[in-house]
Amino acid sequence: MSGALLSVQDLVVHFHQDEGILRALEGVSFEVHRGRTLGLVGESGCGKSVTARSILRIVDRPGRIVSGRINLDGRRGEPPIDLTALPANSRRMRAIRGGRIGLVFQEPMTSLSVNYTVGNQIAEVVREHQGLSRAAAHARAIELLRDVGIPRPERRVDEYPFQLSGGLRQRVMIAVALAGDPDILIADEPTTALDVTTQAQILNLMRRLQREKNLALILITHDMGVIAEMADEVAVMYLGRIVERGPVDQIFHAPRHPYTRLLLRSIPSVLAEPRTPLATISGSVPHPYQRPSGCPFHPRCPDHIPATCEAAMPAETATADGGCVRCYAAEHT
Amino acid sequence: MLAYCLRRLALALVTIWSISVLTFIIIQLPPGDFADAYIAQLSSSGSTVSLDEVASLREMYGLGQPMHVQYFKWLSRMVVGDFGYSMEWRRPVVDVIGDRLWLTLAISVAALIVTWGLALPIGIYSAVRQYSAGDYLFTLVGFIGLAVPNFLLALILMYLGYTMFGLSVGGLFSPEFEQAPWSWAKFLDLLTHMILPTIVLATAGTAYLIRIMRANLLDELRMPYVVTARAKGLPEWRVIMKYPVRVALNPFASSVGYIFPHIVSGSIIISLVLALPTVGPLLLRALVAQDMFLAGTIVLLLGVLTVIGTFVSDLLLMWIDPRIRFQIH
Repeated sequence: MSGALLSVQDLVVHFHQDEGILRALEGVSFEVHRGRTLGLVGESGCGKSVTARSILRIVDRPGRIVSGRINLDGRRGEPPIDLTALPANSRRMRAIRGGRIGLVFQEPMTSLSVNYTVGNQIAEVVREHQGLSRAAAHARAIELLRDVGIPRPERRVDEYPFQLSGGLRQRVMIAVALAGDPDILIADEPTTALDVTTQAQILNLMRRLQREKNLALILITHDMGVIAEMADEVAVMYLGRIVERGPVDQIFHAPRHPYTRLLLRSIPSVLAEPRTPLATISGSVPHPYQRPSGCPFHPRCPDHIPATCEAAMPAETATADGGCVRCYAAEHT
Repeated sequence: MLAYCLRRLALALVTIWSISVLTFIIIQLPPGDFADAYIAQLSSSGSTVSLDEVASLREMYGLGQPMHVQYFKWLSRMVVGDFGYSMEWRRPVVDVIGDRLWLTLAISVAALIVTWGLALPIGIYSAVRQYSAGDYLFTLVGFIGLAVPNFLLALILMYLGYTMFGLSVGGLFSPEFEQAPWSWAKFLDLLTHMILPTIVLATAGTAYLIRIMRANLLDELRMPYVVTARAKGLPEWRVIMKYPVRVALNPFASSVGYIFPHIVSGSIIISLVLALPTVGPLLLRALVAQDMFLAGTIVLLLGVLTVIGTFVSDLLLMWIDPRIRFQIH
C-alpha cells in the first residue's frame, strides 16, 4: 500500500548472549498510516515490545537489528528516512525519538520517575524538541495536561507521579509521549495495569487525540477486546513473526491462521455457559532458544499437517483484503 | 516538610542525650574515681598533691555524691564547653583534642573528596559499560583495593614513597616545620605529607563505593523510566545522569551518617602506622590509660557526630527522593 507513514520491512532483531543467539524478531513487516491504528497482538515474549523499541532504536544491548528496514516518511515533503541506517544515538535519531514517534509505556507506576515533578518530565521533552524557554515549556506542559484531560492542570503540573492515581499517571505518560508533537504514537500495553473503567477512559482519550492530531497509532496489547475496540488493522505475532495480518473485521470474523482462531476462542464471553472452563491454547510458548523447526507454532497447532509444518516456515501469502497469512493449512482452505 | 525536619531534630537531641548518659556510665565504670586516679598518677610520677587540692577536685566534680548529681554536674559543665581535664596530658581535654581535631578533619575530608571523586564516575562508567574491558579493569582494581588491609597498603606506600620519590613519610609535618608558626611553606609541607594518608584512607572506601554505585545503577538502568527517558530523545548522558544516577545516589547519602564519625576515629590503625597526629590514636591511648574524661569526651564526640551525620543524610535523602518529603503526614 502506498502513502504509509511508517513501513517496517523484514525486520530481524537478535540478542547475542552467552547462551546463544536469541532471535527476537525474524522478519517482521507492517505499515502504519496517518489517522489509523495498527493493533499488534500476541502472547508475552512474542516480540511485540522489541518491535516497538526497534522502531525507536532503543533496543537494550545486546540486542541488535540484524537486517530489515524501517522507513519513516519525511515531514514537509522531505525524502523518507531509513531508521535502521541512523546511529542509535545520533542527533537525527534523537530528533525522531519523541519528536516524530512518541512512546506510551506499559507501567504507569514505574515508567515515570518518582524523583521529578510531572511538569519537569513533560517540559524536558518540549525543550528538547521545540527548544522553548523554561517558562514557555512549563506553560506548554500545563496545556498538554489539559489536552489529556487532567483536571486542574496548573496544580497537577507541580505534583509528583506518586501523588497521582494510576489513570492520571497514564494520562501523564500520554502527555509525555505527545509533548514532542509526534505523528506516530506507539502504545505498549497502555491499559494493562489499569482497572476496567480507567482502561475505557484511556482508550477513549487515545482515540480522541488520534482524531484531533491525525496520529498513526501502533497499539501493542495481548487484549483482544482492546484490539476489537481500537484497531483498524491487526497483526498477530507469534515467536518473532507476524503470522497473520489483516483488517480488524476479517481478523475477528474470518481468521485464517489457527493461532488467531485460538486467541479469539480464549476470550471469555458473557454469553458462555456458566462454569464452563475457559478455552486455552494447549502447551506454552516455547523457550526462545528451543524454537521449533519450520512453523514454530506447529507443536501447539490443532491443524498441524505432519511432515509439512515441521519442514520449513510457510511463506507470507497475500490475502484478497490486503492482509497476509503464514500457514500451510490456511492455503488449503 | 518542616514538621519532618523538626521531628528528626527532636529525635536527634534525644539520641544525643542518651549518648551522654551512656558516655557518663562508661566514664564511671573503672573502679575508683577521677580524684583517686589523679592522685595515683601524680604520686607515681613522683609529685605530691595536697589534701586541699584533692578536696577541691572532689567538690568541683561532685565526686562522692549520688550518680545523678555527678551526671548533671558533668553535663552542665559540658554544655558550657568544659570537658574536664586529661590526666595523662595534664591539660584540659579541649586543648588536647583541639590540636588534633582540625588535622584529622583535613585528612579525612581530603580522603572523602578523593573517594567520592573517584568512586562516582568510575561506578557510573562500570555500570553503563557493564562487562566492558574498562569495567573488568576497575572491578579487578576495586577488589584488590578492598582485599588489601589498609595498614599493609600504608606500609607499602610508605616504602615506595620513601625509596622512589624521596617523600618524607610519617607524620604530617617535616621536623623543621613541626613547631614553626603557620606559613605558606608549612602549608605546602602539610599538603605533601597528606598525599600518602589520603591515598591509603581513600582506597578501601573508593573500592567499596564503586561496587555499590555499580550495583545500584545496574538495577536502576533496567527500570522502565529509563526507557521512557530514552524514548523522549534525550541525549544518552542526560538520560543516565538525570534519572538512574540520581536514584543510585541514595546509598551515598545514607552513608554520610557513618562518614562523620569515621572522619574522626575510623583511621586509628593507619594513623598509628603513619604516625599521624589525629584523634584516632588519641582515643586509643586514652582508653588504654583509662584517661576517663579524655576518652569520654571523644566517645561523646563520636556519638554526637553520628547523630549529626544521620541528620544530614536524612536531609540529603529528602532532597533526593521527594517521596520522603510527602509521605510524612
